[in-house]
Amino acid sequence: MTQAQATPQLTVQARNVEVFYGDTQAIKGIDLDVRTNEVLSFIGPSGCGKSTFLRCLNRMNDTIPGCRVTGSIELDGEDIYHPSVDEVLLRARVGMVFQKPNPFPKSIYENIAYGPKLHGLVERKPDLDDVVESSLRRAGLWDEVKDRLQEPGTGLSGGQQQRLCIARTIAVSPEVILMDEPCSALDPIATGIIEELIHDLKEKFTIVIVTHNMQQAARVSDRTAFFHLGELVEVGGTDDLFTNPHNKRTEDYITGRYG
Amino acid sequence: MNQQKNATQAESTTGASGMAAQSDVQAKVTASLKRRRRKEKIFRGVGLGSVLISLTLVLILFINIFSKGVPAFWQTSFEMDIYFDPAVITIADKPEQQPGETFADFDDRLQAWETELGFVNFNRLMTDAVAPLLPDFERSQTRFIMQMITSGEAHALRNMVMEDPSIIGETKTLRLLTSANVDVWLKGNIDRDLPDSRQQLPAVVRDWADYLYAEGHIQNRFSTALFMNPDSRSSLASAGLAGAFIGSFYMMLIVIFLAIPMGVAAAIYLEEFAPKNKITDVIEVNINNLAAVPSIIFGLLGAAVFINWFNLPMSAPVVGGLVLSLMTLPTVIIATRATLRAVPPSIRSGALGLGASKTQTVFHHVLPLAIPGILTGSILGVAQALGETAPLLLIGMKSFVASIPETPFDQSTALPVQIYLWQGNELRNFFEARTSAAIIVLLMLMMTLNGIAIWLRKKLEVRW
Repeated sequence: MTQAQATPQLTVQARNVEVFYGDTQAIKGIDLDVRTNEVLSFIGPSGCGKSTFLRCLNRMNDTIPGCRVTGSIELDGEDIYHPSVDEVLLRARVGMVFQKPNPFPKSIYENIAYGPKLHGLVERKPDLDDVVESSLRRAGLWDEVKDRLQEPGTGLSGGQQQRLCIARTIAVSPEVILMDEPCSALDPIATGIIEELIHDLKEKFTIVIVTHNMQQAARVSDRTAFFHLGELVEVGGTDDLFTNPHNKRTEDYITGRYG
Repeated sequence: MNQQKNATQAESTTGASGMAAQSDVQAKVTASLKRRRRKEKIFRGVGLGSVLISLTLVLILFINIFSKGVPAFWQTSFEMDIYFDPAVITIADKPEQQPGETFADFDDRLQAWETELGFVNFNRLMTDAVAPLLPDFERSQTRFIMQMITSGEAHALRNMVMEDPSIIGETKTLRLLTSANVDVWLKGNIDRDLPDSRQQLPAVVRDWADYLYAEGHIQNRFSTALFMNPDSRSSLASAGLAGAFIGSFYMMLIVIFLAIPMGVAAAIYLEEFAPKNKITDVIEVNINNLAAVPSIIFGLLGAAVFINWFNLPMSAPVVGGLVLSLMTLPTVIIATRATLRAVPPSIRSGALGLGASKTQTVFHHVLPLAIPGILTGSILGVAQALGETAPLLLIGMKSFVASIPETPFDQSTALPVQIYLWQGNELRNFFEARTSAAIIVLLMLMMTLNGIAIWLRKKLEVRW
């Protein structure tokens, strides 16, 4: 784990994180840093704990009964599991995009406006309109939906819905965006659009993405972390990890021997 | 046909080497296919059969009820000119409150006047009106005339005078209901060949009724008595559902404002907020058990708790409403929980992921999606409560109540109980039809409620 001593600015520092579902240990002592404005991807076979770890970063695991997290995860130097931290506030800082596009069954406008209204980020209607427009623009959806903002978000295509969910997330201006296999339900063209979008979003946000698709990890991420059986096996620069894996298990996985 | 098709398909896909084995498989599949098809046919037949049988039974029920009940909405009645004869209604002017007189004093005088009015022979007004219509009428037969008119009409005339004494001396054209026995006789609901000893009416009255009916003085007209009047035992022809309807209405109000909010709140808490542990497991099991408790047990509970303990009045819609609320509560909770569970978890994650709190997630996103289901469940629960009889019997709502309840604390019956009471009335010939008519009214209410449930569900669901 030489990354710990690296010079870049760190947004998230996780130390000795363990997650239990009841008596089952899902994550075993993970240390991992997320650098500011990078795209970090998590790869690994199904059930390896990458999504579980991702959900630790905005405490979405809190909503699962019987789930227990130990160790420390710091966001900008502040322990997010400290009792004084409100998970609602945390989730405003660490946004999340899910595997299946899940727009609210409301209008496109309401989908985007919900977060800013919830957190009281805007006070006047024109400001809200601006937030909606800029979020949709940044998610590359504005031109497609600007004439039908009052139509239901659920009426969009799968790829558009997922971009709507990304726009919804960035409308509350989080620092970190977590993406849990955001393209697994999308066709290759929609996937390509989202990958480009991730590339653009990196300028303003720190992005952690879980993916099943190693090519996707190679295309979009700066660094890649390989998880296996609840452990973090290896983390490194994406090019480095794919061309020159240090660990045998990583090599086996990326060469397709299992997974 | 199908077998041939399968055979050709198999041939085209079978290679030369696997021919023998393939044809063997083919034969086995073909053999089993017949059996499978037969099973499918039998299953479909059984299903269709049960649908047809249940439809037929429902149809028989409806035909039976409607054929018996619909004629009861029409009743035979006199149309005649009643002369409010000042010689008969000999009474002082209606008292008015004098300046300087206390209300109590005035009320005493008014009541004395009303009592006096009660002694007036209003039957005389009606006999005077009917007698000239009858051929060969003798004065000694006067008492028979009153057997043709239901006794409640004398009270109706008294009430008219009480309200407006200025009609004394005037002639009004009024519609007066015939007695139940005349109604039965004219509608042919009693065997006309029965000997005198077994007829309800004396021969002279039966002849008069036939004559007046033929002359058009008595007509079979749509009657609002069934809807406007409370129950009656002295004036059977004017017995109506109004008291029971209002009683049921009060109870449904109580159920709607008590059971539904409580049930929905409990369901939201249990489904969305409560920790999943032993205690909530026990609560869940008990709620499910509660839904299966026979309704009569709720009646016992209501009698013990609400009447004995809280000293609430017997036979009152307030107690009935509370008991029915208890009974409806588990239904509402179970329906609401099922609907909440059907809201996709992705909606919850989406809202939580944006930083909505648990409560905001529930009230902004989950509940709006669950509302159609909650409404449907609640309305069906209310409909069930509307038709419930057994618990009401145990809290005294089966007593005969001849007035329309003014508040939920007044004595009352309920629609299903009224059906039960009428069903047991001694004058079967008259009340069999009236019972069916009451059933029709109750069924219509139920259908309206269910219709509203379906309409609301459709309306709210097609939002997106």
